[in-house]
Amino acid sequence: MPKSQIAIGFVPLLDSAVLVSAVAGGFTADEGLDVRLVRESAWSSIRDRLAVGHLHAAHMLAPMPIAANLGLFPLSPSLVAPFALGLGGNAVTVSNALAEQMRAEGDRGDLDPVTAGAALREVVRARRAARAAPLRFGVVYHFSGHNYELRFWLAACGIDPDHDVEFVILPPPYMPDALAAGRIDGYCVGEPWNSSAVMRGVGRIATVKARIWRSSPEKVLGVARDFAETRPEALDALLRALYRAAQWCGAPENREALASILAAPAHLGLPRELLLPALSGEILAAPGRVVPVEDFFVTAAKAATFPWQSHALWFYSQMVRWGDCSHSAHNAAIARDSYRPDLYRRALRSLGAPLPGANLKVEGALIRATAVGASAAGLVLGPDGFFDGHAFDPDRLDAYLATQRRAREVAI
Amino acid sequence: MRVEMPDARARPAAGQLGHQVSDDLDLSILVIDENAIRASLIEQGLRMAGHTRVTMVHELLGVARIIERMAPDVIVIDVENPNRDMLDSLFLLSRSVKRPIAMFVDRSDRAAIEAAVEAGVSAYVVDGLKQERIKPILDMAISRFNAFSRMERELEEAKSELENRKVIDRAKCILMRSRGLSEEAAYKLLRTTAMNQNRKIIDIAQSLVMTAGLLEA
Repeated sequence: MPKSQIAIGFVPLLDSAVLVSAVAGGFTADEGLDVRLVRESAWSSIRDRLAVGHLHAAHMLAPMPIAANLGLFPLSPSLVAPFALGLGGNAVTVSNALAEQMRAEGDRGDLDPVTAGAALREVVRARRAARAAPLRFGVVYHFSGHNYELRFWLAACGIDPDHDVEFVILPPPYMPDALAAGRIDGYCVGEPWNSSAVMRGVGRIATVKARIWRSSPEKVLGVARDFAETRPEALDALLRALYRAAQWCGAPENREALASILAAPAHLGLPRELLLPALSGEILAAPGRVVPVEDFFVTAAKAATFPWQSHALWFYSQMVRWGDCSHSAHNAAIARDSYRPDLYRRALRSLGAPLPGANLKVEGALIRATAVGASAAGLVLGPDGFFDGHAFDPDRLDAYLATQRRAREVAI
Repeated sequence: MRVEMPDARARPAAGQLGHQVSDDLDLSILVIDENAIRASLIEQGLRMAGHTRVTMVHELLGVARIIERMAPDVIVIDVENPNRDMLDSLFLLSRSVKRPIAMFVDRSDRAAIEAAVEAGVSAYVVDGLKQERIKPILDMAISRFNAFSRMERELEEAKSELENRKVIDRAKCILMRSRGLSEEAAYKLLRTTAMNQNRKIIDIAQSLVMTAGLLEA
């Protein structure tokens, strides 16, 4: 029987792990799929190639399918996100100079977003009093978890991301260089580009995504709607392969093998040592200082691959908050339905794995790891939630939006 | 571009921004390409077509400032350029660039978009510019991009052709030396072996050279 051919795009980042290992580890071949991985250097390139049908699916920033379906791109393909490629994985890195200033304002260098954020706020205040240029932060793309979590963190710490600091867009591999050259003061990016700056001695990690919003979404598998509708069997087979690969990636005994697969020239083409901190959660926050971070990057546990519609709606809440789109029940529904837990369940039912019974959850409701209702025993979620202590209830979107606006207004 | 829903999918009416340029050749065009050779091909094409306001950028850094300063009507950039994400965000959302810019002239012209992405071209165009003013520029960029890939491919082929000839020559020498054959007979032997095994001459020559190397070592 001829194999079913699928072209899938990815950007060489650590969080392509599930996708890359699904192909390199033979999980897709086991499902009778012939997957061609296409490496791309820009997210816009991935989007365009999906729009014209060069790609069927891709490793994608979690807000991208939502933005595409809301028509926010110049060329907006119709996309569905039936699978998440893990939780967490990002960090905020600052220059050595900024790290020193934050240290003087009480930052302990332990990645705590509360103290680091408060220290940063004092630095920003002092700069403004001295009429110094605003601090400049790099993110990889506007419609990215990086942009929204950095803004969320800053705003919750009393820093207005639109006025107190400046945002610039840079490709991830250029971040450490830009930091070293003093063109930016900090950035929020996925691994290994935080560890890379610390290992090179040009920056320190201030805080991490897993501490700003624990168990939070980062990349998803974005699928052309047309492909999802016309080739459901191929899609199901692909999701099963990805699910098995995610389990494999999540097993600590496979860490070394995973690092080797990712390090290969065809994938990330980077030294293995650069990839190990994110895979082990032993984060090198500053030279000589390792800070263990629970759930830094999760691929399998805690339903890490489930496309929660509450995740989609949280990103939507931030898009509305920062003026990327206007709020209406219609737009909220488009955002929510961009994520497709129904397709996830349809594909994975045959595996007998525990699948969440709900499509949405209150983000930030679980203070500790908790067994939850699922299709089979053994599903544990949490702890999850935002560092500011406010939960996000997707059923009370308007109320949440109101609090988000206030947070912006009370900024310094 | 700050987009208000639900009209985001609608195309802005041509000329609604009151953008006035008397002559198509007055359009200011920015070409961003890290590949200097390909960029110069594009520039040459634009100048040959009579465009005088053409600016080339090869560097990744400082593009945002250049765009702000020159406020181009059309930007042509290679699809693979890592600058793409910056441009995308700049044009879609940034408060610093005043003129809204959309990618491609007409989103409904699917064939044109496909041809562009296929060739590796992407373009950002000031909203409201008429399609017929932009299309020749895009078509030119697409054909030059394609010409460049063809050139690269041919260069690659010429290189491997040369390499192949060297390997076949070495294989011939080995046969001439070890079997006391003439050059012609050595080549004939290679060819018959290839035909009998249903393989290419270069493959036979390569295995011969490799085997000889192993035996000598």
